[in-house]
This record gives sequence, C-alpha cells and structure tokens, in this order.
Amino acid sequence: MRVMALVKRILRQLVRDKRTIGLLIFAPILVLTMLYFVFNGEDYIPKIGLVDVPEMLADQINTEGAQVTFFETETKAKESLAAQELDGYLKIEGNTPAIVLEGSDPSVTGATMKWLQNALPKPPQAVDIPELEVTYLHGSSDMGQFDYFGPVLLGFFVFFFVFLIAGVSFLRERTTGTLERLLASPLRKWEIVAGYVIGFGLFTTIQSTIITAYAIYVLGMVMEGAFIYVLLIILILAMTALTLGILLSSFAHNELQMMQFIPIVVVPQVFFSGLFNLETIAEWLSWISYFTPLYYAAEALRDVMVRGAGFGDIMINLFILAGFCLLFIGMNIAVLRKYRKI
Amino acid sequence: MNKSEVCVSVRNVSKSFGKHQVLKGINLDIYEGEIFGLLGPSGAGKTTLVKELAGLDEPTEGENYLFQQRMPSLDLIRRIGYMAQSDALYEELSAKENLQFFAELYGLKGEKRMERISKVMELVQLSGDMTKLVSNYSGGMKRRLSLAIALLHEPELLILDEPTVGIDPVLRKSIWKAFTDLKAEGKTLIVTTHVMDEADKCDRLGLIRDGKLIAVGTPAELKKETNSSTIEEAFLVFGGEER
Repeated sequence: MRVMALVKRILRQLVRDKRTIGLLIFAPILVLTMLYFVFNGEDYIPKIGLVDVPEMLADQINTEGAQVTFFETETKAKESLAAQELDGYLKIEGNTPAIVLEGSDPSVTGATMKWLQNALPKPPQAVDIPELEVTYLHGSSDMGQFDYFGPVLLGFFVFFFVFLIAGVSFLRERTTGTLERLLASPLRKWEIVAGYVIGFGLFTTIQSTIITAYAIYVLGMVMEGAFIYVLLIILILAMTALTLGILLSSFAHNELQMMQFIPIVVVPQVFFSGLFNLETIAEWLSWISYFTPLYYAAEALRDVMVRGAGFGDIMINLFILAGFCLLFIGMNIAVLRKYRKI
Repeated sequence: MNKSEVCVSVRNVSKSFGKHQVLKGINLDIYEGEIFGLLGPSGAGKTTLVKELAGLDEPTEGENYLFQQRMPSLDLIRRIGYMAQSDALYEELSAKENLQFFAELYGLKGEKRMERISKVMELVQLSGDMTKLVSNYSGGMKRRLSLAIALLHEPELLILDEPTVGIDPVLRKSIWKAFTDLKAEGKTLIVTTHVMDEADKCDRLGLIRDGKLIAVGTPAELKKETNSSTIEEAFLVFGGEER
C-alpha cells in the first residue's frame, strides 16, 4: 500500500524529531498546568486603609479577609494609595462612608469592593432574610474559572500545535522538493493527503490521549461526561487543524510565512470559540464564530466535560467538524493540482 | 546507431509562465536506447522541458508523447525514473529508509526490494553508507543517492536533471560508466547539463538557448556542421555569436 508507505515515513520522521514530539505533547501540558495555577490561585486579599474611623465603627468592621491599616489623616492614606501599598481606603465624611480606590486593576477593584460590602456593618433596620437556597443544574459552587475555560483551552492547544507542526512539515516537503519527487512517482494526489491524515492522525491520537488524561486526572479539570467522547472531539478537531495547516502551508513560502497565519487564522478562533461569552460580542461580528472549527469543538467539549452530555448532544457538532475536515481535504487535493494535473 | 523506435516525442511545445515564455515551439524526437543530452545555459528552459516529460508540468501549447502515449499519465509516470535538480531527500531518515520509502511507492516488496536497494547503492558506490542519516551526507553523496532512487524501480526511461553537479571527476566518470551500462541494457536516458565536456559523452545532443532548440545532432555532427573543434564553439555558432 502506497499510503501506508507514506504513513510509515511520516511517523519515522516524527519519532526522529524529539523536539517536535516534545512540543506537541509537553507544550500543551506545560501551558495547561500554568493556566491551572493562574486560574485556581488563592483569592486576592485586598489591602485596605481606614482613615480616622470612629472606634465604635472600627470595632464593627469585620477585618477578616483583608489587610487593614489605620490612618490618622487622609493625606497619608492617599500617599500610600499612590505608592500602590493600598488598594483603597475608607473615610467617613460627616455621617456617610466614602471609598477611594486605586482602580487600575479591575479584578483588584472588584475584590476590594466585594470585601467592603461584606465587611461594613449592616444597617440595623435590615430584617433577617432567610438564606437563599441554591441548586446547580450543571457544575457546583466549587467549579472555578479553570473548569469553565479548561475544555476550550484543551481544544485550542491541540488545534494550535497540530496546525503548526502539520503545516510546517508539509511546507518543508514542498520547499525541499520532496513533494515534487512524490508527484513524479505514481502516487495519487489523494494518497498524499490520506497519508498525511493517517500518519499525523495516529500520532495525534496518542498526543490527545495524553493531554486530555493529564488535564482531567492530574489537573482535576471538571469531567462529567465520558472520556471517550472528549477524545473523539479532540481527534476530529486535530484532523481539522491538520488539514487546514496543510492547506495554508501551500500559501506560505517559508516557515516564517507559516507563522504569519497564527494571528490571522488561529488567534481569532480563540475569541469566537466561547472562551469569552459570545452573547456579548457585537452582533455584526458574532457570525464569524460559525466559520471557526474551534467554536464547534469548544461547545461540544464543554457540553461533555461540564454538562455531562452524551453522544446525541454532540453529534451535530462532530458532523460539522468532520465537514470542515472533508472540505479542507478536498481543497488540498485541488491545490496539489498546481504541481501535477493528474 | 539503431534509430528504431521513438521513445519521447516533443511536438511543437511552448510554455509560458504568465507573460514570460520559457519554451518556444520545441520539436524533438528521442529514440529508444540512446543517451540524449540537453545542453544549454541555466535559465534556458532545460528543467521546464524535462519536468514536462516527467509529468510534473504541462505545455501551454503542443503535446509531449512518451512511448507513443500522451503525457501526463500515471501509467507513463511508472515507467520513468526522474531525478530532480534539487536533492529531494528526507534528511531525518537514513539512506536505507529513503530507499525503502520510494521503493514502496513503486510497489517493490520483500526480497525484490532488498535486492534492488543493494544493487542501486552498489552502482552509485554508497553501499557502505546505507545506514547513515542523509543529513550527514555530503553534497555529492546526496546527488548519488538521488540517482539511486531514480533507478530503483528499473525504469525504461531515465530523466536526469543535472545529475553530476557537485560530483568529483573520478565519481563523475564512474557515474557516466553507469549511464552507458544502463544504455546497454536498452534504457533511454535524457540528461541535462551545462558542462560541455559531458556533452561529448552523449549519443545525441539538443542545444537549448532562450527556450529555443537551436540544434540537434550527434556531437560529431554538430562540430562538423559548424567547423568547430569543441561543442562549446559549436554552441556559440548555433547561438549566432561570433567565434
């Protein structure tokens, strides 16, 4: 089988190239680990100053969860604020409390405000309201940012690295003249594309399994559905990245030009894949998401991992992804006509 | 020379890339069992012509026939051994792995494959470097390995684009010996070159300049016709230059 000869050769080349294997497997693991620590870090402890607060009030303030400093004059507190030693300070003007915030980091500002709202004594007239009972359809109160972003990022990193490696290796095949040499042999054009899809497909299966298993079992990413579905989605996504990478490599003359596709093709997908809430994107732009493969993969991954969806729920997304893949395969074969008509 | 069968027939072939015309109305017959040299300066259109014969390109006008069938055709490609100007080799793999890969593409299996691989490597005198990675090969070794790959599937027609570039005189001599051996087996060889002394070793020559075939004939004929003592002088006369 001629296709198998190609598959064997691609795998052999990959195995020889230890650095590329490292990039494909360890780079996503490293990045996911870093994201895990960034997102699941400890809660921020705001640094708050109290300016000339009456003792009676100061006693009532619950200082837990913040680093509280007392100031006698506002000038000193302001200096401290300007030197970024404080995130905000509380002062009493007449009878009304006022807050001055540093304000350059929205997440710090948010944490400061949240603390202040809880810490300030409740006005006595507030009647005791029975505590709200909360139940979750999906997820739980300990689901963090990482669990929500995780599935999308998992898909993104596999997409990104497979796109890059497949694109560059096909580009190299073109620039070293081996593609021309292949076309001077009785190999058919579809056999070349098939060889690449199967060769890299086999490798991507291993890569996806390792990365997904690491994210779920080591980093403890939330996992409500079946592992096999996650793997299936990632595999089809990787195939799409592979065929798109090969296709775009035809329009690059060297490795640097291949890199130039990253900000044009790869990065925008992140914005439209659901990492950020799609409903808040301007309406005239939101249609773009329907043309990005990552959008469908991210949705399916989140459905399985966060919402525990079964095959029936993700089937349509899988079909659309497979459709992208077939479209790119067809375009690849068409582009190869540039080198040999038959 | 036995001028029995026409192996390659180039009929009124022109080729343009955009406005730039690379080949201009070329008519040429190459016979079975001869070594035909395409001689001309770089940029003359030699590579474009041999690429068309190898099925990698198509003429804008005219037709190319191989074995009385029109190119390009996958069945014909099987009968050609092509060696490109650049060494199309996988540098991460060893010479043997490169050979195995290309052998499989041509459907060579098992014992036959092993036999062909050792035969062609012997021919290009690389038997001792079989397991070396191609990235550790010198330029001349890569050139010879490319030639070995072109010979693997015992093609009837060999199209070799600058086969002896970067090869030292001793090896060049042994490679030309291999060419004459192949010719003795009844194979047809098309060799492009811009080295004039190699031209003398060809059975017949086609002189190409600026996309035009300016003369065809045996080296002796060409020299006689122009009253020259060397092919180089003959080339200049045909090219319309003063001697």
